Amino acid sequence: MFGPARGTDMSKPNSLRPSATFPLEVLAEIHRAADQGIYEIRGFGTKRSLPNFDDLLFLGASMSRYPLEGYREKCATDVTLGTRFAKRPVELKIPITIAGMSFGALGAHAKEAIGRAASQIGTSTTTGDGGMTEEERQSSETLIYQVLPSRYGLNPDDVRRADALEIVVGQGAKPGGGGMLLGQKITERVAQMRDLPEGIDQRSACRHPDWTGPDDLEIKIQELREITDWQIPIYLKIGATRVDYDVALSVKAGADVIVLDGMQGGTAATQDVFIEQVGIPTLPALRMAVETLKELGMHRKVQLIVSGGIRTGSDIAKALAMGADAVSIGSAAMVALGCNKPVHLEDYRALGTEPGYCHHCHTGRCPVGVTTQDPELEARLMPEQGARLLRNYLTTLTLEIQTLARACGKSHVLNLEPEDMVALTIEASAMAGVPLAGTRWIPGA
Amino acid sequence: MTEFDLSRDSVRALNQGLHDSAEGRWLVSHPDGRHCIAVGLDAPVDVAIKGHVGYYCAGMNKRANITIDGSAGPGVAENIMSGTVRVLGNVSHCAGASGHGGLLVVEGDASARCGISMKGSDIVVAGSVGHMSAFMAQTGRLVVCGDAGDHLGDSIYEAVIYVAGRVGELGADCVEKEMTPEHRQGLADLLSAAGVEADPDSFRRYGSARKLYNFNIDHASDY
Repeated sequence: MFGPARGTDMSKPNSLRPSATFPLEVLAEIHRAADQGIYEIRGFGTKRSLPNFDDLLFLGASMSRYPLEGYREKCATDVTLGTRFAKRPVELKIPITIAGMSFGALGAHAKEAIGRAASQIGTSTTTGDGGMTEEERQSSETLIYQVLPSRYGLNPDDVRRADALEIVVGQGAKPGGGGMLLGQKITERVAQMRDLPEGIDQRSACRHPDWTGPDDLEIKIQELREITDWQIPIYLKIGATRVDYDVALSVKAGADVIVLDGMQGGTAATQDVFIEQVGIPTLPALRMAVETLKELGMHRKVQLIVSGGIRTGSDIAKALAMGADAVSIGSAAMVALGCNKPVHLEDYRALGTEPGYCHHCHTGRCPVGVTTQDPELEARLMPEQGARLLRNYLTTLTLEIQTLARACGKSHVLNLEPEDMVALTIEASAMAGVPLAGTRWIPGA
Repeated sequence: MTEFDLSRDSVRALNQGLHDSAEGRWLVSHPDGRHCIAVGLDAPVDVAIKGHVGYYCAGMNKRANITIDGSAGPGVAENIMSGTVRVLGNVSHCAGASGHGGLLVVEGDASARCGISMKGSDIVVAGSVGHMSAFMAQTGRLVVCGDAGDHLGDSIYEAVIYVAGRVGELGADCVEKEMTPEHRQGLADLLSAAGVEADPDSFRRYGSARKLYNFNIDHASDY
């Protein structure tokens, strides 16, 4: 005789007992695949539960540590990025940057709102696939220009008027994959910027067209430095997979700054199977990157920006404590602009979803006007209004980081350290490299 | 004429000098395979390089006319915007990658992925090109007076390819198309501008079947 399988709901009669192998969502996906014959494409990011910064806690100062007075004593937040080779490093007032999001994935109003908010608060924003728009250059005091595999819209004039370049090797939501902008989002302006016909599905390449490995990349970086007369920093963005190798190779290739994007990072459109099944979470990726930089003696010399599922000031404070120099937010910035806000309910329902569940960035029918080129929908997000929302959010994040840093006795947020934290779960302890709460144990250390 | 000897001074000094020049003629000697020579130029200068160059020579060129009297490494004239880059010898892979405008002339042969991801530039190769040339080429023209390797024009968009010699297996969504009088005349003009002698009547034209522009499950096996 065998007992019931682990997790079996014995409160239900056999006739209503769900299958652990084929739960309702798996059945629904098989039915959908059988109907449509194609994988699901969607936006946003992973929806699965992953170990994350919520699994860590700070140890506030007490007898053995001396806290700083909240609101009174200075707790600095400034950060300088790109000090390795660039003559003009990027200086930011807060350690929170805005991640690359393309014009095309986002509408012009959203891009301008982001630029305005970032400038007002003293941080940088980033272009995306499709090139640099005039609106975002004008509204962004510090603008990072991405050099992507597609090279859509890439031109030397924009290279020279950028404040830094970011060579995108990979993205946390889809490391190993290229971009995808479905035909319904390819308006005349987007098509013109990308030198492609209107209305076609745009497949951004997953590999760069003129280099194929780290040795080539080193020369590619040298070329970009020559073009910009060694003035501006060159960032390298990687999706989190084999982080130790990739960080070491980035350092060798000559990056000034490494942008590490964990699998919780967002995307405008990608196969669901890619979003949910490829890459590693931000938490272990960050620990591996810091370890590698320290082994190479390059921690704080090559700055590290981490992204992927950053939502709160505590997430950021924990990332800094683990050794990041700054974080980057994409999805959270979109949420601040109104993504998934419970307004225009009829438009969410027309997409077959509800506020709080929407991941329909790929459709171009964003109910709140963020990821759309439709003038009527875009009018729901005016740049001034969006800038105010995002500025408020960035301000809140900064205050939260300072609150936690002061509690740990730090006069600068970059002084936070792993020793200030414990983990709530064995998994998070192993992944983040901080002890399980109440013990001195770090699994795997 | 400004003479610059790369055996005595650095690529950095050369590029800075070229970036600071509004016009004029430069003669660069002893390149000896160095990388990133004459990159990011943005002025109507004439640059003659006497010898072989490494990676990315003439990268992102705008308005300048650059002649390489030798062979070039990978990515010559990558992302060219305007102006002319002429290579008297052979070129390695990814020549003219993602070029937006201007003209790249190769008097010898080009290796793999010539014209990859091109976005409006013209490339004329007097010899042959390697496999995967014009991969994901968006707009612009690739002219091959010799032969083309396998998977020519794989996933091509609106770019046009002309080949006089033999063509290996065509890439996904790339097909032979009719050579109309307009195409023949345009090709003749381009060959003339490139200074390459070839009979326009001897070329065949290739372009996109446009079957992969929007995902269609019935075409999944074409990828």
